[in-house]
Amino acid sequence: MSAPRSGTNYLNVSYGIRSWLFSVDHKRIALLYLCSVTSMFLLGGLFAAMVRMELLTPAGDMLASDTYNKVFTMHGIVMVFFFLIPGIPAVLGNFLVPMMVGARDLAFPRLNLLSWYLYTVGALFTLFSIVIGGVDTGWTFYTPYSSAWTTTNIVPVALGIFVTGFSSILTGLNFIVTIHTMRAPGLTWFRLPLFIWAHYATSIVIILGTPVIAITIVLLALERVFHLGFFDPALGGDPVLFQHFFWFYSHPAVYIMILPAMGVVSEIVACFSRKRVFGYPFVAGSSLAIALLGFLVWGHHMFVSSQSVFAGMVFSVLSFLVAIPSAVKVFNWTATLYKGSISFETPMLYAFGFLGLFTIGGLTGLMLATLGIDVHVHDTYFIVAHFHYIMVGGTVMAYLGGLHFWWPKISGRLYPEWWGRLSALIVFIGFNLTFFPQFIVGYLGMPRRYHAYPEEFQVLNVMSTAGASILGVGYVIPLIYFVWSMRYGKRAPSNPFGATGLEWRTPSPPPTENFPAPPTVTEEAYAYERVPVPEGGAHAG
Amino acid sequence: MRADSGAVAAAHAHQFEDAAQQRDAVTLGMWTFLVTEILFFGGLFLAYAIYRWSFPSAFALASRQLDITLGGVNTVVLIASSLTMALAVHAAQTGAGRALLGFLLLTILLGGVFLGIKAVEYRHKFEEHLIPGASFHMPVSEATLSGDIPPDQAIAAGVPATALSAPAEIQRHAQIYFSLYFAMTGMHALHMVIGLGLLAWLALQCRKGRFTPAYFAPVEIVGLYWHFVDIVWIFLFPLLYLVGRHA
Repeated sequence: MSAPRSGTNYLNVSYGIRSWLFSVDHKRIALLYLCSVTSMFLLGGLFAAMVRMELLTPAGDMLASDTYNKVFTMHGIVMVFFFLIPGIPAVLGNFLVPMMVGARDLAFPRLNLLSWYLYTVGALFTLFSIVIGGVDTGWTFYTPYSSAWTTTNIVPVALGIFVTGFSSILTGLNFIVTIHTMRAPGLTWFRLPLFIWAHYATSIVIILGTPVIAITIVLLALERVFHLGFFDPALGGDPVLFQHFFWFYSHPAVYIMILPAMGVVSEIVACFSRKRVFGYPFVAGSSLAIALLGFLVWGHHMFVSSQSVFAGMVFSVLSFLVAIPSAVKVFNWTATLYKGSISFETPMLYAFGFLGLFTIGGLTGLMLATLGIDVHVHDTYFIVAHFHYIMVGGTVMAYLGGLHFWWPKISGRLYPEWWGRLSALIVFIGFNLTFFPQFIVGYLGMPRRYHAYPEEFQVLNVMSTAGASILGVGYVIPLIYFVWSMRYGKRAPSNPFGATGLEWRTPSPPPTENFPAPPTVTEEAYAYERVPVPEGGAHAG
Repeated sequence: MRADSGAVAAAHAHQFEDAAQQRDAVTLGMWTFLVTEILFFGGLFLAYAIYRWSFPSAFALASRQLDITLGGVNTVVLIASSLTMALAVHAAQTGAGRALLGFLLLTILLGGVFLGIKAVEYRHKFEEHLIPGASFHMPVSEATLSGDIPPDQAIAAGVPATALSAPAEIQRHAQIYFSLYFAMTGMHALHMVIGLGLLAWLALQCRKGRFTPAYFAPVEIVGLYWHFVDIVWIFLFPLLYLVGRHA
């Protein structure tokens, strides 16, 4: 491949703040998103730290109960809507989808930029609400508390989520159109990287689910501001209808978080096993199956919300079905590892972390899909631990793995491998120490969303808080060395890991038009037997 | 701000290989967007379905408060605007620039008439205390009080809609009907306003001579959007105005 250092690339083609804020280059927009999403992650992490500090002791002594309500609410809102949902698609997806399909950009570059601005406006609304006092409803905004009773700042946050929803929709729409219409010559559907299949499935969930949360928020705001009646029991309305609306989006939203993560893991596992992904069509199809089934299971959040027992049973069975495509993926990744020549570079460590943690999160999900168990552990820390194993153990691990894997392509620099491995290890240990005790304490009966708890739960809570501190260190180290590497890191060759995929067939960092010449594709994805391993790995010498 | 500014007379934007690919992408993009719109309105239709099923008589009574004449006229106006929009797309296809501009302006006019009539209806509802809230009061005939006679028959039998209150329950449920009425028609009207803005932009572009038989995708996709907004009304009209008016 051509020498990466010569000539201009998307980073040095122009300078100045305007050249970034008005850029329609998907790669630059991905970096804008990287900055915004990272800021929101730090903000959400700050709230998490406050929660863990409060729970260090059984007495509610650091934060008043009202303040604590706001802190866990803002943690949830910031992390879910402003980090986990946009995270992988808007950063890695934005950067990679056009390159992986061999296009010069997304189909609608200006909509892509608009999407980042909408995200920013939404985030500002939310920040504004935090500054003037925050929200105390929990991230789920259940009525009638949210519509009639709470005096906290529901409307600005609701507006923020509403606006950010449109940024999601624009991203999903852009991906769908790009993948359908802009694939390079020879790049048939079944030659696409699994990252693309995952983002395609994600985009379908985004465009079908997000409008529903949008209208739900509109109805909530109309009820709160103009006293129209949609969910108001005083008028004969049904507050549980809000829960149905909310979870019709917010359950599939979990798949918006996890499907792109699965796409990342497919790429990493194949590369560092030097093998084609086992059962490619099934891994691709399972993404679509998860997207579809994900829309049929929202009622499992409402087993104790006056939903009929029959409906509960149906939702329970449907929830079990989601395990099938999820297991297809996990087994296929495992089979890919089998007899592969595995190397343990940082992205692979994160991918291994994902495999283990996602499996635990998924298996406890099966427990929770069981009506009897769910009623028993409903609203306890068991639930909290379960969804953090999926959202943090799954999505965040894959996000970090993906950032490391494609960092040489994004920045043109190598990250320091030793530090990378160390931080991956710290993250894994810190994560488990934080959340595994929560399974136990939840099963023993500690409810979520209280700032005080009985003394017998203190040991487990201290472990959890200690784990969170370690996890925090594990997150800060990559933040530091990524920034450091942009100036001091070794220059990256075009394909440092010897990976397949069109994005590795262009210089690092790529030129604005992505490829020096439009690429053509003549073989399947993951033809690793034909790609030589880089001598001694990317970081040798 | 334009991605393609300066790229002189390029038939397609820089990210596309050729004009055909651009047209495919733009059309697919609009259809995908309309899917999101269906889901958006779908939430409202679902809420309507649930509450109409729960409170059939209140919904039938409340529906009688709407002005079926104004609603009917508006339906005709909107269908006519769909026709002029379709003719505009046809004119763009055949390169009839003046006809295109004419049909676009006619569509804008009809859309404006629709919104004007809608505003008159809203004002009536305001004057008649049919806005949900503390002063909500729906006049219902006495005959409906007993529950012996279905409201439809009572009204059909010429029982005057006096100022007598229906039972408090009916009044409460009717507020849900009117909440849905304002949310659904309001969201629809908002989409009309956005559509009118897009049409005005098209008219401006048309005057500048931007559209040719080889390039008229914007006209086509705004047309798709406009037809979608019309179709939403085709569902809203019977659901809101014609409840219980059959046979």
